Amino acid sequence: MSVARPRDLACRELVELLTEFLDGVLDEGTRTRVEQHLVLCPGCTEYLRQFRATVSATRKLAEEDLSEPVKENLLDAFRHWRTGS
Amino acid sequence: MPAAVSPGGSFEDRDPARGAPLPEMSPEDRAVVDRLRAGDEPTFLAIVEKNHRAMVRVALGHVSSEAVAEEVVQEAWMGILQGLDKFEGRCPLRAWMFRILVNCAKMRGAREARSVPFSALETDDGEGERRPLETFRRPDDPRWPGHWAQGPERWTDDRLADAQALARIRAEIEKLPPNQRQVITLRDIEGWESAEVCEALGISEANQRVLLHRARTRVRKALAGWASEVAP
Repeated sequence: MSVARPRDLACRELVELLTEFLDGVLDEGTRTRVEQHLVLCPGCTEYLRQFRATVSATRKLAEEDLSEPVKENLLDAFRHWRTGS
Repeated sequence: MPAAVSPGGSFEDRDPARGAPLPEMSPEDRAVVDRLRAGDEPTFLAIVEKNHRAMVRVALGHVSSEAVAEEVVQEAWMGILQGLDKFEGRCPLRAWMFRILVNCAKMRGAREARSVPFSALETDDGEGERRPLETFRRPDDPRWPGHWAQGPERWTDDRLADAQALARIRAEIEKLPPNQRQVITLRDIEGWESAEVCEALGISEANQRVLLHRARTRVRKALAGWASEVAP
């Protein structure tokens, strides 16, 4: 449930600005409206928290290991490339 | 600006017509390139370890299966090694590598599209929409237009460390349209800066951010769906 004033940014608009907000590329006026909205709106605050949590969780996919056969294969290709065969 | 590329996959990172003085390669890239040219295997393995998975994810956006994506990446590695002598350091090494990869993947995808029924390549954008988790009020709502009708359900972040949550994220990213998948892979999985992603994919910052935002929105929604399914 939102308690922000209707003339402020709507929740629907705010959620579309979050990537720009997190990248720090919003103009100052819009940034201030986002920040003011967040102070008043628990729904959007929770959404932003989940959005950030999603970004950090996604980062964990980078830690998956590469299989040995894939590495061996590429290393073979590298050796062939170096010897020009 | 996307670099010129020949069908054979050779890749210039400069515009030969312009003949402007070329900037110096970064010392790190210079060292890596020199060691690769000298045939240094640990250096090669290190850049493979660092980039291979992301390359497969990016390639998957253009081709029909993981097996084909692996082949494309293999082909891209060959193109990278062969093109190494032409790399002038006008952009970071990995951005240059990914441009070669995207080029290989697009060519392979185009070949596949001629032989695979198109429906097999379509991304189902409607997935995950079965049950609306959150809703907004209508634009003509007398009091709170566009505000939450039903706001996001809370979740606790320690759940996100769960292997199941990661599997859900991976699955959702695999369903994204190619351009969204490429951007979220490089920005959020690999943690690249915005400018470097634009360089690698040949897109504008604004476009990149729109794609990233759509992708993140989809992944968050998938996670919200998952969190509500597993809620005690």
